[in-house]
Amino acid sequence: MTYERQTDFGTPEALSDTFVTLTIDGREVTVPAGTSVMRAAAECGGAIPKLCATDNVKAFGSCRLCLVEIEGRKGTPASCTTPAEQGMEVSTQTPRLEKLRRGVMELYISDHPLDCLTCSANNDCELQDQAAAVGLRDVRYGYEGADHLGTQTDTSNPYFDFDPSKCIVCSRCVRACDEVQGTLALTIDGRGFASMVSAGQQGDDFLSSECVSCGACVQACPTATLQEKSVKAIGKPERAVVTTCAYCGVGCTFRAEMRGEQLVRMVPWKDGKANRGHSCVKGRFAWGYANHRDRITKPMIRDKIDEPWREVSWDEALTFTASRLNAIKTQYGARALGGITSSRCTNEETFLVQKLVRAGFGSNNVDTCARVCHSPTGYGLKTTFGTSAGTQDFDSVMQADVILVIGANPTDAHPVFASRMKRRLRQGAKLIVIDPRRIDLVRSPHIEAAHHLALQPGTNVAVLTAMAHVIVTEGLADEVFVRERCDWQEFEEWARFVAEERHSPEVLEAVTRVPAGEMRAAARLYATGGNGAIYYGLGVTEHSQGSSTVMAIANLAMATGNVGRRGVGVNPLRGQNNVQGACDMGSSPHELSGYRHISDGDTRALFEADWGVTLDEEPGLRIPNMLDAALDGSFRALYVQGEDILQSDPNTHHVAAGLAAMECVIVHDLFLNETANYAHVFLPGSTFLEKDGTFTNAERRIQLVRKVMEPANGMGDWEVTQALANAMGLQWHYTHPAQIMDEIARLTPSFAGVSFERLEAEGSLQWPVNAQFPDGAPVMHVDGFASGKGKFVVTDYVPTDEKTGPRYPLLLTTGRILSQYNVGAQTRRTENVVWHEEDVLEIHPSDAENRGLKSGDWVRLASRTGETTLRADVTDRVAPGVVYTTFHHPATQANVVTTEYSDWATNCPEYKVTAVQVMASNGPSEWQESYASWSEKSRRIVPAEPAE
Amino acid sequence: MDADRLIYMANQIARNFEVRGKQGAIAATADHIDKFWDPRMKAAAYAALEQGHAGLSTIAQGALEMLRRGHTPAPQSLATTFNAVDEAGHSDAG
Ligand code: SF4
Ligand code: SF4
Ligand code: SF4
Ligand code: FES
Repeated sequence: MTYERQTDFGTPEALSDTFVTLTIDGREVTVPAGTSVMRAAAECGGAIPKLCATDNVKAFGSCRLCLVEIEGRKGTPASCTTPAEQGMEVSTQTPRLEKLRRGVMELYISDHPLDCLTCSANNDCELQDQAAAVGLRDVRYGYEGADHLGTQTDTSNPYFDFDPSKCIVCSRCVRACDEVQGTLALTIDGRGFASMVSAGQQGDDFLSSECVSCGACVQACPTATLQEKSVKAIGKPERAVVTTCAYCGVGCTFRAEMRGEQLVRMVPWKDGKANRGHSCVKGRFAWGYANHRDRITKPMIRDKIDEPWREVSWDEALTFTASRLNAIKTQYGARALGGITSSRCTNEETFLVQKLVRAGFGSNNVDTCARVCHSPTGYGLKTTFGTSAGTQDFDSVMQADVILVIGANPTDAHPVFASRMKRRLRQGAKLIVIDPRRIDLVRSPHIEAAHHLALQPGTNVAVLTAMAHVIVTEGLADEVFVRERCDWQEFEEWARFVAEERHSPEVLEAVTRVPAGEMRAAARLYATGGNGAIYYGLGVTEHSQGSSTVMAIANLAMATGNVGRRGVGVNPLRGQNNVQGACDMGSSPHELSGYRHISDGDTRALFEADWGVTLDEEPGLRIPNMLDAALDGSFRALYVQGEDILQSDPNTHHVAAGLAAMECVIVHDLFLNETANYAHVFLPGSTFLEKDGTFTNAERRIQLVRKVMEPANGMGDWEVTQALANAMGLQWHYTHPAQIMDEIARLTPSFAGVSFERLEAEGSLQWPVNAQFPDGAPVMHVDGFASGKGKFVVTDYVPTDEKTGPRYPLLLTTGRILSQYNVGAQTRRTENVVWHEEDVLEIHPSDAENRGLKSGDWVRLASRTGETTLRADVTDRVAPGVVYTTFHHPATQANVVTTEYSDWATNCPEYKVTAVQVMASNGPSEWQESYASWSEKSRRIVPAEPAE
Repeated sequence: MDADRLIYMANQIARNFEVRGKQGAIAATADHIDKFWDPRMKAAAYAALEQGHAGLSTIAQGALEMLRRGHTPAPQSLATTFNAVDEAGHSDAG
């Protein structure tokens, strides 16, 4: 296998419906209008030398290496900045051009250190390639001129270095940071020869600057100036495999660039339709956890959870597990057993876990982490639109005129999509943010939200009802759309309800704390500003009225005609990489794959015939119900694949008690996570680099995950589940995940046309893929709603029962940050910790002052369920009365304080509203100390006796 | 199963359907519990009903009585209208 860089067409693709035909070096080529001459030449295989151009940023025209001659024009224009025109005749190779290019190249090289042979970019350097391309052999100016060779290398970023001595000041990095990432962290300081790239203000290095370590600049750099440390350490890659990121729901695709069995770097794949060649710090750099010393690669068992773990063979572990499960089933019945599928694992693995639960355990007690994140999306969008999938693809945001972000923090949680959104905002789209916190989007370089409605946590439904009030009473609803596409009578009923005076912004201001004028202006802007697109996240769903909020959002979109075309829509930003897929695959206790209810006899018959079993016809337990049932003894065994419910689920004490009450807890994971402290069996898992399969991202896009190295634990996760099934007496014989996908397609109408072969050939598919949509469906509800008519649902604001009072006067809301992922099991085991070593508590200056607190102080955070300690960060990002923290670190365990309150329809926990008190503290709480020692005790391992 | 918690859940569902008027809310609450609750949760809720649990709201009580009588209402919203065996394209992903 040979290694090749991804093709660089020099300038971005032009999106035009009109085409022009021109001749380049005698060859005729037809391209969309607006395409540069450089790109046209590259597309017909005749690459023109270039340095300052690269195809993910706009042409800049500074290096003058890409000169061409055009018939009938004077001079030698730069091909990167010259648009192709009809009938143009271009020459790219003439003696005059060659001479000019050599001259340009000579100037560059004379300032550049000539240590190519020892340079880490040797043979992978565009400067070197271009020097060869223009035939440069000698430099007339000598190498004695002034250069930047004395400058220091900036090694502050944990993943890449910046060596200014090698910089040719092409500004590709600066433009990548501006245009692709949208962070604007880099500038060119100084002029002429003194010009230098610099990160942030004077004295800043990359780490202390605004840089978010997305790596776009590293990818854009044509020299070794900005380069991954891993390339220096391991060497140049020798082969590349395209695969999909295993972190968030954006679903970026990457080339895993390998040297032997070692991963050298992850480079975003330009043909990836979700990310279009971009990535964030997690996907590009934070893969070191795969080889972290904490990773467990041998199966382990123990009789009781206070005993140390015993390393055993796979056979012994599986026999032990199967006999325990079978014994519990015999004694207590099938409904005493259950499983949790992982939204981090592949569709095929998830499908197998729910199959094991339904066909092997014999119950429907299967759930997934969507329970704690987007289950209200499922309920809410199904009720209104007839289907809960996000309505748009990511590209659609480029056609939005007004972007409404509610309860989401895309720059931290969905960074690559956020970059695309920011690009649209810089082009002039208007932004409305509804969030108790001043998230970064509210004010960032060249972006300012038109309205930030900093609502009181827990009042989403009231805010959306007030906005609806304005739209209806001011006559801003799109009646034509509603009459044609929705149920008119239901609309009228809804309109009457929201129009009541008690729903006016003025009356609701007392509840929402949003100034009425601001609310009215935001509603008018959304209704009348052109294409209105709503993006929302867990700040919408993780409330006692999560499902109602989703419905209220859908109502607003329908009332203003913002559904069913590009640039509009209702878009849930999903958390984990495969949360969409896990749901599609039948991970909920009430439904089989493709969202068919378990009580439907025909659906069951289909699966029963295929699997050769009889299925339970009653819905099973959801995760919180499983824990409740464990406490009363009716639920006794749990198989958890790739989830850490102890850390991620609310009210840690309750979760711990539930787990401790079970007789057989099987944790199948990479690490001894917090849940494993309560487990009897540990089955080592594999990383996404070690197996084949598919993930489905937030746009319903199914993409391949490809094995790039052998699993350190010896088996892919689908193989582990299969081995467990077989140990229990099932007879599964899958030899490749492709066969599992074939079974999914056979049993699931919306996946009917999906196969590994098609994904291999087409890159990705957006379900449904079936007879009606043979090539998938990027935008939904184009010709009418999935359910026929869109349904308005009256959403009555019901305040949460979680109330502040004298003992707990503040409201805690929780969230996540860019560099860490969920419970942090992976990201805490990478260099990403330099950006977030611990969870901190954001508190408003006035609340801090009342309590005598300053930034960095230890504080005790207490609610009626528990307490923990962490450090304070005094900031006006949060409103007075509101405090905020993240839940990435087990030492803090923010969920010790969250409560068991949950969404009325789905039991999605109310993470976003907990009444708390904050006070000064001098160190970890008693609970933290006792948990730390319990955890240490529970993690003891007795290695297997070496064989004689 | 902890009766108080189940009753809390049933009341919460009922409260959110209240805008439909009493009869509508009772049917919607019954439909919801029927489609999403595990049998032991239903059984424990019926037991609480029989023991005259003080905390039950009128609507939640009506819904549990309806289900206990063996009457399961037709789907009351699209949330409980599920895809048929061969139906593609719908979703209540979450
Ligand atoms: S890593 Fe990303 S954010 Fe940082 S300077 Fe480079 S492009 Fe900008
Ligand atoms: S660091 Fe690289 S990309 Fe940036 S100006 Fe220098 S050579 Fe160009
Ligand atoms: S945005 Fe999400 S999918 Fe993309 S690289 Fe980052 S974590 Fe991975
Ligand atoms: S590549 Fe065109 S001017 Fe640099």
